[in-house]
Amino acid sequence: MALVRPGSGSAQPAKLRWGELEEDDGEDLDFLLPPKQVIGPDENGIKKVIEYKFNEDGNKVKITTTTRTRKLANARLSKRAVERRSWPKFGDAVHEDVGARLTMISTEEILLERPRAPGSKAEEPKAGGDSLAQLGKGGAALKLCRTCGKKGDHWTSQCPYKDLAPQAEAFSDKPPTSDAATGAAGTGKYVPPSVRAGADRTGSDMRRRNDENSVRVTNLSEDTREPDLLELFRPFGAVSRVYVALDKNTSISRGFGFVNFVNREDAQRAINKLNGYGYDNLILRVEWATPRTN
Amino acid sequence: MRPILMKGHERPLTFLKYNRDGDLLFSCAKDHNPTVWFADNGERLGTYRGHNGAVWCCDVSRDSARLITGSADQTAKLWNVQTGQQLFTFNFDSPARAVDLSVGDRLAVITTDPFMELSSAIHVKRIANDPADQVGESALILKGPQGRINRAVWGPLNRTIISAGEDAVIRIWDSETGKLLKENDKEVGHKKTITSLAKSVDGSHFLTGSLDKSAKLWDIRTLTLIKTYVTERPVNAVAMSPLLDHVVLGGGQDASAVTTTDHRAGKFEAKFYDKVLQEEIGGVKGHFGPINALAFNPDGKSFSSGGEDGYVRLHHFDSDYFNIKI
Repeated sequence: MALVRPGSGSAQPAKLRWGELEEDDGEDLDFLLPPKQVIGPDENGIKKVIEYKFNEDGNKVKITTTTRTRKLANARLSKRAVERRSWPKFGDAVHEDVGARLTMISTEEILLERPRAPGSKAEEPKAGGDSLAQLGKGGAALKLCRTCGKKGDHWTSQCPYKDLAPQAEAFSDKPPTSDAATGAAGTGKYVPPSVRAGADRTGSDMRRRNDENSVRVTNLSEDTREPDLLELFRPFGAVSRVYVALDKNTSISRGFGFVNFVNREDAQRAINKLNGYGYDNLILRVEWATPRTN
Repeated sequence: MRPILMKGHERPLTFLKYNRDGDLLFSCAKDHNPTVWFADNGERLGTYRGHNGAVWCCDVSRDSARLITGSADQTAKLWNVQTGQQLFTFNFDSPARAVDLSVGDRLAVITTDPFMELSSAIHVKRIANDPADQVGESALILKGPQGRINRAVWGPLNRTIISAGEDAVIRIWDSETGKLLKENDKEVGHKKTITSLAKSVDGSHFLTGSLDKSAKLWDIRTLTLIKTYVTERPVNAVAMSPLLDHVVLGGGQDASAVTTTDHRAGKFEAKFYDKVLQEEIGGVKGHFGPINALAFNPDGKSFSSGGEDGYVRLHHFDSDYFNIKI
């Protein structure tokens, strides 16, 4: 539903070039006009349409139409639901500050993340891939005895074969914190994020997931948002994640983003096709995202 | 999709419920004020003030006129949905946990927690048409299960009551005589606390979620296991799409363990599964804590989730959700 604001259409005679001043001989000159331009709709639902036209006098005019799109509730609302719309507020909602902002639209585009490409078979659950399950087991799989190398049976300090093993080099290759950290997690004490159980493993899990078939897109225009990027990349195959980097303070796009594909081949095709593609007056640069080195 | 974030509650969410027309969304939280929102734009319509403890559960009548809430302040209250006015208070000797109105809204089942040497119980109350005639006496009290009863709902034609809770057993009771009719098969049943129970739209089957990291689909009459959905997180909340053959599981790591593990280990997404094939379709992330409540809009085009983080997130599906192929 669009509500056109009265008085928003404005007609301004544009300056004519001498070449266009020649007498109109009935030809259709519409091809001379700049193309129709649509801006928005932005988050307030305000959409601008700029059109160019010849008026009766043969002058070029620019027509700007500003419309505001408002999403109305489902059109098939029952009578009673419509009535409920006009119920007065009650309880704490009566004295609601304007600035309270209890209801906000998420700034982040949330997608239904597909676990795998449609049509493909379910993978075998990766061994050790589920960190939560392991944590539930009291860190059984994290229990790795550094003395005898036995997994999930006992901690290093409780190793029954302690005396048999040469101790000197057994402790040298691992940082001493890991044992302490996993031990503390069991006792319910606060554990700093960096040494939490599962921190490094989920960290690597996350990294791997985010790096899998990840494509970096740079030289994006400021107006490009995740849905636009999704629209651009979806024709190449199933997309599992779209991300556009925003400036923390101004939430203006920083001009780059990442797109993750479910299939590597799709990502490669997208790179081949879209690298150097003109998008929003800018030439996109699309390449494989290189994993951060740290 | 861009979810709508509703931050009306100061404490973790416990329950979400849509009314029948799907235009109102009721939210309960551990703060004392159940809240009603417009389900399309997330605007707050009002709060129901009067409880003095965490509110665990609610149900709304078919005509959206009455709301019933169960709270840890040892009461269940009836409310006028439109004005937020308290109509009646049922007093108990222990915290009220689950509430459910029967078909026809003439009966309500309310469960109470074990408390101070009292065992848990299921109470059936008659709901009078006129709140002035309302009485507090129970029509029936059922006892027996050990531990908390986290959910109790009405079976087909109000003939049975289905209960589930901490002892991980699903029980079907006769709602007239109070006799225990069925218990689920231990072999195939849940191994840990059942946290949630959701009936299908037609009332022919129901879904239970449990801390044993699975959700199970059961026939409501025979109590036979139909499907099992295995996930990698404890399940706190379940919902079934009324439109498509999808089930949604929400949950995540126990809130008390969040500070001892990395935040990415939490698995706080809502996971969509195909109801028939039992395969995962996808996940919707966003919460900063475990999901405690899930509800599907009766039209199947949006769903909302409530988390330990105090937010309700209202998701209106994109059009491509409706033609997802496995």
